[in-house]
Amino acid sequence: MAEKKLAIIATKGSFDWAYPPFILASTAAALGYEVQIFCTFYGLQLLRKKMDMKVTSIGNPGMPMPVPMPVLMQALPGMQSMMTMMMKQKMKSKGVASLEELRELCIEAEVKLIACQMTVDLFDFSSDDFLDGIEYGGAATFFEFAGESDICLFI
Amino acid sequence: MADFDQELDASGLNCPLPILRAKKALGGMSAGQVLHIIATDPGAVKDFEAFAKQTGNELTESHEDGGKFYFLMKKG
Repeated sequence: MAEKKLAIIATKGSFDWAYPPFILASTAAALGYEVQIFCTFYGLQLLRKKMDMKVTSIGNPGMPMPVPMPVLMQALPGMQSMMTMMMKQKMKSKGVASLEELRELCIEAEVKLIACQMTVDLFDFSSDDFLDGIEYGGAATFFEFAGESDICLFI
Repeated sequence: MADFDQELDASGLNCPLPILRAKKALGGMSAGQVLHIIATDPGAVKDFEAFAKQTGNELTESHEDGGKFYFLMKKG
């Protein structure tokens, strides 16, 4: 059975949007896929040594709120941190893995993580900000793997 | 309940952790051995079927009892 390939582009840097790439990558790896995640723009947050992503309800009317709250109130200082904390607690109580755990499982399963060099430079990041052992590359690097992939996702 | 060689209690864990833990447990077992998995995530029922189909392991049993799901997975 030839190994299937999954190529993911991760472009979002919020706490909730960090889940789909890591969940799909770790699961695909468990199913025997060879997986690469190409992280670009805000998706670079997935590669930070210490992930510190937040969730926000601003501009996200689909997010279920424990109590109805006017949008202006949602924008008050501290609200974003509070929502992130509440989301983390909820996830823990429901047995949802932490991002750190999922990322570790991806790394264990040899999911290849690639940082987009152009956006690393754009945001003045240095390789010290990111996990050791990741690769750096550009669009052509992505297509080298994506061109041979069975599934290709833009997240 | 049939015999098994190893047990994995994935109770309280949500998608995709039961699958990932099972994959890890199977990794340390040899072909023909049977892993008994206990889960509470209802999604695990379909997911273990799909996992077996795609990995060449055999799901020999799947049943629910009192809100818990029990699986026997034979390593291929």
